[in-house]
This record gives sequence, structure tokens and C-alpha cells, in this order.
Amino acid sequence: MTAPVQQLDGQGNLKHFLTIEGLSRDLLIEILDRSEGFLGVARQAVKKVPLCRGKVVANLFFETSTRTRTTFELAAKRLSADVLNLNISTSATAKGETLLDTLRNLEAMHVDMFVVRHAESGAAHFIARHADPHVSIVNAGDGRHAHPTQGMLDMFTIRRHKGDFAPLTVAIVGDILHSRVARSQIQALNALGTGEVRVIAPRTLIPAQAETLGVRVFHSLPDGVRDADVIILLRLQRERMSGALLPSEHEYFRLFGLTEERLRAAKPDAMVMHPGPINRGVEMDSGLADGPRSVILEQVSNGIAVRMAIMSMCIGTQNLHSQDAPHG
Amino acid sequence: MAESEHLSIRGGRLVDPANGIDALLDLHIANGKVIAVGQSPAGFSPDLVLEAEGQVVCPGLIDLCARLREPGFEHKATIASETTAAAAAGITTLCCPPDTEPMVDTPAVAQLIYQTAQRRGAARVLPAGALTQQLQGKQITEMAALKRAGCVVMSQADRPIGNTQVQRRAMEYAASFDLTVFLHPEDAYLRDGGCVHEGRVGTRLGLPGIPAAAETVAVARDLALAEQTGAHIHFRGLSTALATQMLAAARQQGIAASADVSAHQLILTEADVDGFDANCRVTPPLRTLADRDALRHAVTTGTIAAICSDHQPHDADAKLAPFPAAAPGISALETLLPLVLSLVAEGVMDLATAIARLTSGPAEILGLPVGRLDAGRSADVCVFDPQANWTLTADNLVSRGRNTPFLDRALQGRVTWTLLQGKMVFRRNREEP
Repeated sequence: MTAPVQQLDGQGNLKHFLTIEGLSRDLLIEILDRSEGFLGVARQAVKKVPLCRGKVVANLFFETSTRTRTTFELAAKRLSADVLNLNISTSATAKGETLLDTLRNLEAMHVDMFVVRHAESGAAHFIARHADPHVSIVNAGDGRHAHPTQGMLDMFTIRRHKGDFAPLTVAIVGDILHSRVARSQIQALNALGTGEVRVIAPRTLIPAQAETLGVRVFHSLPDGVRDADVIILLRLQRERMSGALLPSEHEYFRLFGLTEERLRAAKPDAMVMHPGPINRGVEMDSGLADGPRSVILEQVSNGIAVRMAIMSMCIGTQNLHSQDAPHG
Repeated sequence: MAESEHLSIRGGRLVDPANGIDALLDLHIANGKVIAVGQSPAGFSPDLVLEAEGQVVCPGLIDLCARLREPGFEHKATIASETTAAAAAGITTLCCPPDTEPMVDTPAVAQLIYQTAQRRGAARVLPAGALTQQLQGKQITEMAALKRAGCVVMSQADRPIGNTQVQRRAMEYAASFDLTVFLHPEDAYLRDGGCVHEGRVGTRLGLPGIPAAAETVAVARDLALAEQTGAHIHFRGLSTALATQMLAAARQQGIAASADVSAHQLILTEADVDGFDANCRVTPPLRTLADRDALRHAVTTGTIAAICSDHQPHDADAKLAPFPAAAPGISALETLLPLVLSLVAEGVMDLATAIARLTSGPAEILGLPVGRLDAGRSADVCVFDPQANWTLTADNLVSRGRNTPFLDRALQGRVTWTLLQGKMVFRRNREEP
């Protein structure tokens, strides 16, 4: 049998960041702690640290994305890495080049890290298995499988507001079936010892045997958000309306859209999250998205710090506060 | 390859399920046929004696589904390469699905495959004819002509017919010429682009799932049509517990339906997909442990009468893609016998039952007088060492396809000699690792 790809090197350090599954609680906490240190970088006059100076990071996006690619690019630049942005969906593969051909060509340019987004589940693992051993792979979203940096930035945002995970009830609302974000969030929440993780959606949007992921399944929003500390809304892709999964946006919002009134069933200090981009009036009330309970924009800025932490753990040459930074 | 007109295999354990034989008996062969079992006939003097102490002597194995990739996909494999692999695996008769390029929907393609295989002579190749033109599920083929050209059964390969009326008419037309119809039971709408079993592992890995109902809905439909039309149908490659129960019930009612299972479905489960191992991407998908155990049970009771390899050799590039984009299938000829023998070692079934599912069972489904060793039958013989421990590697695979999840796995039981019509088509060198 083919051996599974290892995310840690022989010393237990992060080599690839493909999925949260299998990573220890200690490692996740280290990522969160390091991210705290990087938050300050954005407030400096010179928004750069030299941790990845001389390294080359290639953003390999086989699926279009603006926000995720931009935050990865900014994170890499703030670490002083050189960044290549490759929008593959419109170039090489359209000419019949295989995924591995593309990879080999980039390896020949001595890239140190690939940040990969791809429409197929398992694509990041596939690339990690076949890439040159010195290259690190960070998964920026593969099919329905995982979006681990998004998962970690959400954990970071929750921890900044709530502290400990153990007493929390976290409810994830929406299209769990197709969501790589939900899978990574659920794995991270469980690894960090969250009290209760819930998913809320009609049965058509819940994957088979979902409870084996470590969640309680609800088909009613009022029941599912009761006494929740954190409510995470997932983006509902418009194409889900065209098949037999959902009848209409109208009915979805009526049953599963979050409103001020429904939020009252949650804890008084419950926070509302969304990985973006929001469909206002489908997943949530427009007012709620901009209101005091929402941390949606904070998620975006936290995303840069968390990605800096993960990238520097994979390919960084020194610690953030190390005194012996090389000169020149 | 030795050419011997008169040959004896002595001292082996002869297992011939069709004749109810499991005993230490010699086998005597002359002019391509079995002439006696046990005592040598008076005046018989063999040119060659194979000493088979400690070995099992059984009818040559019959594989109901092996893709040879010729014509059309010679970059993956050829009739010559894969029949050589079959001989090394003890398989003397194999049925190949019609999804070549061009497809086996005209007599010319059937004849081409037949003749190429005959020239090579390492295994008997029986092409399955396409049930519908271009396997598109719309217009039935000239089945009578295909039968005359050597097609023993009609098949849709792995492309189910969506239109139920076409399915019914195709079954009726095939039945007019006593042709069994091989069906891949799968509802295409329920499959919906899935690539793994819809269950625990697929959910965790975010891989699009194929529900068990994709199979059971199709089995229910086709059993109803078999009942309606009286046609003989054969389900190629069952994967779910419920389908085996539905089939058993239908057979009780006298519906002419049979089934086989791919050997890997009796060994692997959805858990083996973990880590995105593209060599475990198969159609139908690997399902749950409960399904696997139900399939094993159905094999022991005979509801599933045949175990086949579902051999699908691929070029390396076909598997070098993220899991959902990797081509499905396993290069499986050479693991067929060892995997089935592992079930015997586990106590799932006895050796005679295991051999029956590889010989007399599939022979009966094909309606051919092979898979048994009574006097007068074609001397298709497999002799194997049931104790031989070996490891499958990319180097010792004979097939051109290296795509198997069993690579580097310890296996027990290995073919020593294979005879086709009395001719030795394979002999293992003793020093071979």
C-alpha cells in the first residue's frame, strides 16, 4: 500500500500543512501562539520580518480565488519571501500540461513552498507525495477535503474572543456536505477540546454519517444555535440552488438564515463568523454581518497572521524574536 | 514452452469441484485433453511427468472480467502482455469486456481479439460483445452476428443503460439467442460523479460519494426486468450487502440471475482509501466492513458463484492525478489466486469452495464446458504451491499494469505450472524469488 504523506519531518517539525487531521493539540496551540506574535507586524511602520528572506513561495491556484490568494501573498511578503503567483486554471493545464508537469517546471525554478488550491479533494496530498523532498506544501483548499489555514484562522479568532475552547459550544450552519472549510473547522475544534461542535443544515447538505466527524447534527436552526457561544455561517454556493439540494434562497433564508431574533437563542455574548464572501440575505441578515456580534472582517486580518505563522514554521530560517538574524 | 503430447501430473492434491474431487490423484493428459484421473491408462507412457507433491492441481482458472486494452489502449497493455500475465497467474480462460477502441460492437473487432489471442496462445480469450452500439445505451447491437464471431456473452462494460426500455429490449433480444447479459449494476444519477463509497471515510476526506443505493436500485430494476423477460442476467462485480440479499431472494424465486465479485472487494474496504491511495480507486467503490463480510458470505453460500480479477492495467500516468481524477481499476490478474487463498487461510471458506468460485462457477455462468477435469475435457490445468510465501513487487509483476494496492504485500500461494489444452503456457523457475 502507498504510505500516507507525513506532515511532520523527522524532528516533529511542520513540513507540510495539508490538513488539520492528525496534528496534535500542542502543535495547533503553537500555531495559535505564533500567530499572536505576527499580529503586531501589521501595525509596524515597516510591515516586514526577515524570517523567510531568500525563500521563494509559489501560489499555485488551480481554482480562482481572490481573498485567499491575496492573504497568502501578503503573508509571504511580510515574511520577506519572494512570491510567484500562478493562476494555472487559465494557463498550463488548459494546454494539456499535467499537474505533475507543472510541478516539475516550477521545481526547476527552485521554489521552496507551494501554496496550492485545487478543485479535487486530495490534490495537496498528491502534490506533497510527488514534489521534490525539499519543497513544503501548504493546502489552500482542495475540493471538499480541507482548508486548514482557514480552519486555523477561525480558531485564532475564537481564541482571541473566548479564551479556552473547553467550555464552548460552536455551531456551524450551512452546506457541510460540500465544505472543506467546515471539515477543517470541525477537526480543529475537536483537536482543541471544544465542549460541543454542532452542524446545522437540511439533510441534503449534511454528509453521510456526519456524526462520525465528531459533531451533533441539527436540522433546525433555532434548536442548533440554542446556548451556542460561537456561530459559524458557511457560504452557500449559488449552484446548490439549481439541483435538488435546495428549493430556493428564500426558503433557505427563512429556515437557516441567521437573524438578530434567532441569535437571541444563543448565549448573550455569542459571536458570529463567516469565512466570506457573504451572500447577504441568504446566510444572514445584512445588519448582522456589520453588527457588533460579527467578527467577519477581523477574520480576514487574522488570516494574514495565521498564514505567516504556518509558512514560517514550514520554511522559516529562524524564530520571530531570535537575536541572531543573519544580515545582508 | 514444452510441447508434450502425453503428460502426467503426479502426486498432487487434485481439487476438481465440478466432479466433487479433492484427493491425492494423478492426472493424465494426451493430445490436449484429460484422458484419465488417478490410475494411468494401460499402455500410457508420458513424454513428461510433472512431480506435484505438496502442490494443488486444479482446473485452469476462469476470469469473467479482465481488460487486455487491445485494440486501442496498447500504451497500457496488450493481448500478448496480459495473456502472458494470466498464464503466470494460473488463468486459462478470460472474458474481456467490450470497451476497447474500437469497441466490440461489430464482428470484426471480436474476430481481431480472438485471432490475436489465438496467435499468442497463452490463454483462451473470450470477448464479450457490446449490448448496445458504442455502449451508448440507445441502439442494440447485431447480437446474433457477434455471437457467430465468438462473443459468448453480451455486456455494457461499466456503462449502465439509463433508459429502462432499452435495457428491457436488449435483454429480450439477447435472450432470443441464449446470450447471457453481463450488467454493471449502477444507477448513473445516484452515482453523480462520485468516486468512493458514500460513508464515513468519504465524508472525512471530502471525496464525492457513491451511495450503496446506486447499486441496489439498479439490481432491483434489473431483477424485475429479468423476471419480466426471462432473460439470463449476470451482475458483474457486486459490492453491497443488500444487493447480495436481493439476489439470493430472486434466485429463490427462480429468476435467472447470477453474480460475481472482484477479489479485491473481498479483501479491502473503504478504510483503505485513507491517505488518498489512488490504487484503491475502483468501480464499484470499496465499501464497508459489513458489506465486505456479506460479500464473503454470499461467495461461501454460492449466491455469488464466481470471483474475478476485474483486471484493469494502466499506464503510470493514469494514476498520477489527485484521487478523484485518477483512472479507476487495479492490475489484478496476478493477485486473483493469492487473495482468494488468503480467504481460505482465514477460514472464510474451504479450498474446494474457493477453487469452485474460480473454475466451475464462472464456467457455468459462461455456459462453456471448461473449468473441470474429467476425461475428455480440455486439459486446462493450474498447478500451484499453496504454501509458497512471496511478495508482489513492481519487478515481479508480469502484467504491464503496475497499478495495484497489493504491491509489497506478503502473499501466500503461487502458480508453478499452467497448462492450456495440454500445452505448458507457464512454468516458474525454481530459483525465482
